[in-house]
Amino acid sequence: MLEITEGSHAVAKAVKMSRPQVIAAYPITPQTHIVEALADMVADCELDAEYITVESEFSALSACLGASAAGSRTYSATTSQGLALMFEVCFNVSGMRLPVVMTIANRALGAPLSIWNDQQDSIALRDSGWLQFYAEDNQEATDLHYIAYKVAENPEVLLPAFVCFDGFILSHTYEPVDMLSQEDVDRYLPAYKPVQRLDADDPISMGMYATPEYYLEFRYEHDQAMKRARNAINKAGKEFGEMFGRDYSALVEGYRLEDADTAIIAMGSLCGTIKDAIDEMRSAGKKVGLLKIRCFRPFPAEEIRNALSHVKRVAVLDKNVSVGAKGAVAIEVRDALYGKALPVLGYVLGLGGRDVRISDIRNIVSLAESGKGDQFYGLRTEVL
Amino acid sequence: MALGIGCSSRPGKAPNNKTGSWRVFKPKFNHEKCTKCGMCKTICPEGCIEESEDEFFIPNESYCKGCGLCAEECPSDAITMEQEEK
Repeated sequence: MLEITEGSHAVAKAVKMSRPQVIAAYPITPQTHIVEALADMVADCELDAEYITVESEFSALSACLGASAAGSRTYSATTSQGLALMFEVCFNVSGMRLPVVMTIANRALGAPLSIWNDQQDSIALRDSGWLQFYAEDNQEATDLHYIAYKVAENPEVLLPAFVCFDGFILSHTYEPVDMLSQEDVDRYLPAYKPVQRLDADDPISMGMYATPEYYLEFRYEHDQAMKRARNAINKAGKEFGEMFGRDYSALVEGYRLEDADTAIIAMGSLCGTIKDAIDEMRSAGKKVGLLKIRCFRPFPAEEIRNALSHVKRVAVLDKNVSVGAKGAVAIEVRDALYGKALPVLGYVLGLGGRDVRISDIRNIVSLAESGKGDQFYGLRTEVL
Repeated sequence: MALGIGCSSRPGKAPNNKTGSWRVFKPKFNHEKCTKCGMCKTICPEGCIEESEDEFFIPNESYCKGCGLCAEECPSDAITMEQEEK
């Protein structure tokens, strides 16, 4: 049913219908509305879950780790400094192969303190072994939670997942969202069946120490699981499409890319703006297309290579910067296209909540056409 | 030992962990010098030196960490520590 709802509340409803058994979270702007709504649902007996109030994000994810190890479907949400505080636990959760799902309301990292949007927080955890999905709008943000649980809990995968959506830009925006019914969600997402769990009658230990003879192999297995997640996403996304009409089987999505000379690559809400900019540029006769990356981990290198086989140049827009190098997406796209004589130009933009407008996309396409890239875009040079 | 998912493990005993891999130096026993006194077995903190049928002493390489105490204490200087290539 189509509802006009705030992004955070749409996500909270999707989480509720995913029937998590344990939720542990700590409020932080701009994620607060999600966990506030979930706390209400639990208090009002609309959701039969254990809601653990904790004193920090470190504890929030630690509680989820324990609950997931005990065999529960678990949920948390955070952003920015909160996610930074979870850093250690993130590696533990993924290393123990626990399918925790966590929403990231993407926000800049301090210092300097900023509550506004960019994607530095989740990108900083790109090596942590979590699946990473990025939503363009609230419909996608909502649906990706069901997909995330389905993929994460797949016995071939068993990895935790971030569902990232841009803080404020999506989290605090009212949009029409087609909400599934509880019956639909139950059909798509059956109860979690753990492959192994903590059980006093059949004891195991998880996350034991590994000597140098074993550690490398564990990381290899972890990486293999992430590679298998590709298929699991294809399958889970296709099934979702067949049941509800919105197909998320692909890790990337092209927009007017078929005959494009310039391909723009981006993640998250930026893609909506880019699509409008492309429509304008197309009307003016410019062949521009978009390749949206919906799934950053596992990284869809092959899909990117295939999708860009015909373009003349690629402009990658990053709402993050790996300081001292480039934007993370630009680095990885260039790596995916290794060996091809195709210019890949990176633009770091929109950090700390700086708006990116249609005119900015037009300017970036012009810069790409003149071969200028690998730069911060939109700097106010007068304050430097 | 096969890998458990997420480095999980069933309850077990300490000998399940083959700690011999921590070793850098490995004791080499010279049976021509050995008087079969058994000091090496007595002194071994790992308890991994066993007496064989011919009464010579042999370290279990699965657990010997190469501490070198046996070589240090051997009254006949029959044990030398040699760097192990892995």
